[in-house]
Amino acid sequence: MKIETNNTGQKVHFFDNPRNVTWMIRIFYAICILLVAADFVVHRHIYLSYDEIPAFYAIYGFVACVVLVIIATGMRKFVMRDEHFYDKREDEVEQIVPRVDVEHALNSTDEESHS
Amino acid sequence: MSYAIPAFLPFFLAALFAAIAPVRFRYLLVLVPLVNGILIYLNADQLTPISIQLHTFTLQIMDVGAQVTEQDAKLTLLFAYLFHLACFICLIYALHVKDKVQIVAGLLYAGSAVGAVFAGDFITLFIFWELLAVTSAFLVFARRTKASKAAGIRYLIIQVLSGVLLLIGAISYFQQTGSLEIGYIGLGSLASWLFLIAFGIKAAFPFMHSWLTDAYPEATPAGAVFLSAFTTKVAIYMLARTFPGEDLLVYIGAAMTCFPIFYAVIENDLRKVLAYSLINQLGFMVCGIGIGTALALNGTVAHAFNDVIFKGLLFMTMGAVLHRVGHVNGSNLGGLYKTMPKTTFFCIIGAASISAFPLFSGFVSKSMVMAAMIEAGHEYLWLMLLFASAGVFHHAGIKIPFFAFFAHDSGLRPKEAPTNMLVAMGIAAFMCILVGTYPEFLYQMLPWENSYVPYDLTHTLTQLQLLFFSALAFVWLNKKGLYPPELKSVNLDFEWIYRKALPAAGVGLARFADNLKTHFVGFAVSAVNALPVKKRGNDANAATLTLRMALGFVFLAVLAFVTQFI
Repeated sequence: MKIETNNTGQKVHFFDNPRNVTWMIRIFYAICILLVAADFVVHRHIYLSYDEIPAFYAIYGFVACVVLVIIATGMRKFVMRDEHFYDKREDEVEQIVPRVDVEHALNSTDEESHS
Repeated sequence: MSYAIPAFLPFFLAALFAAIAPVRFRYLLVLVPLVNGILIYLNADQLTPISIQLHTFTLQIMDVGAQVTEQDAKLTLLFAYLFHLACFICLIYALHVKDKVQIVAGLLYAGSAVGAVFAGDFITLFIFWELLAVTSAFLVFARRTKASKAAGIRYLIIQVLSGVLLLIGAISYFQQTGSLEIGYIGLGSLASWLFLIAFGIKAAFPFMHSWLTDAYPEATPAGAVFLSAFTTKVAIYMLARTFPGEDLLVYIGAAMTCFPIFYAVIENDLRKVLAYSLINQLGFMVCGIGIGTALALNGTVAHAFNDVIFKGLLFMTMGAVLHRVGHVNGSNLGGLYKTMPKTTFFCIIGAASISAFPLFSGFVSKSMVMAAMIEAGHEYLWLMLLFASAGVFHHAGIKIPFFAFFAHDSGLRPKEAPTNMLVAMGIAAFMCILVGTYPEFLYQMLPWENSYVPYDLTHTLTQLQLLFFSALAFVWLNKKGLYPPELKSVNLDFEWIYRKALPAAGVGLARFADNLKTHFVGFAVSAVNALPVKKRGNDANAATLTLRMALGFVFLAVLAFVTQFI
């Protein structure tokens, strides 16, 4: 991500450096792999029948979130309306906050490809 | 030494003081919940029961002492401590607020919650129940926007309705049993259903929940923190007192854990996301009450305690953003960590706690309900709760901090939150970590016998797997561009019924009635016009008048004659 500010003396923050983000994501992947690996090493208690599946919680967590997001996105078709649907919201004012101009590079490496 | 005043009285006196004293003395108010809470804690076994005789009826305003069972007494005390702690944190958070309405309403509101948990009969409860409604509505009104006025009115109507149902329930309960003592009710009679609906409205049962997601995001920054602490927890407390082990509640609770998370994923207003996530957390508590075993009820109470702290913390961080930026729309935020690093840090602690990360408070309480669910043999419902646990991490654990403080840089560079807000957030964050790392602190106060061990290898490992792979799903979906972007929008929920459908139906009905009236008037006018005009101008003389009277008399005589034969 390339940051251009009108304030040239501004320091570059941690997450502005794509290398930091890439490293964080790599560490995160490594932890994920370790957690699944631990499932085969550690003998954990089995409470339920599907508990026996190796890495059941990992698979369930991943699938649950993907299903959650896909259903929720689909729900938008039915439930999403304009923000003034119920009544006009004119009296919401953004306070005067210092702003800098930010230019977002298209090929960002962190998890914000949608922005 | 013994504690012989109604526990809510200091709050009400403080509110009176706040109303008349100059606003610069508001710093003193912070001491009220602190000192009162400590006094109650020190005199926990020497609290004096207090009742007021009203004609033939006795209001038990401090139902403590020997006649109360050990569990009920402990339950009451735990909630009382919790409300004192919450009020203490809220007041520090609101120290910069010079608006007397908020301070007075907040104190009265907290006092009403304390009054409600010490109430010994349903009439006393009803009084505090309605006070909760009326006082808290001012925390919404105090935002002083058009939207907050309307939302506050809707909130007030629904809350008062809950109180009215409670009163009707209490009257019919009294007719059946001859008693108004608060105790186990159990479903069956009409009165019990009325109670369940009255409590259910305040506990945000499905289809009765939209007041919460409607009003909380419209409240003032400090108001939302107050609101998130008291109303729903009083309802949970009452459900635990009156409906423990009621099977229906397990299913209601499971539904409550699941449906809000879908809304939370697509909601743009981050405080509304928190409101949905509040319903999700209440779902776990309602499940626990429904299961009704000692482990489940302990889990419910522990989770209520933790939820007040971590949900309060999250509302505080979003309140700080609202205070500094003027809105909390995910679509227009991002990159705030650069200038609000402390708020970001506290938000991440709140997020880790609500997601039940090991070493944070949610971990030691949510799992009690989950474990009780397995013990009770509800395997499918347990899967639902597991789904909700992954989902809560997704929307409250990642979405809130990510879209507010990281994500794409919005260019906004607001100042860090005021010091008093940071102190309040710091206390809440400290509590989250304290309970998470030293669960005995909370466990020793639980009402029932407790032998649950949260930190075993299986639980820690499985929970970490669940959370990390939920996060992995978030990363993967974002990389694929499948994650729904934050959009300025309104999502239809149950409130559509009373904000659109019913008004539209009302307008339609009015138009139909109007049409009917127009037709009817037209018909009558034409009928009158069809009558031959017998008048000769305006000077109808005595003869015509007499003739008409005579005809009228004959008509009446005939009518009277006819009626004799019917």
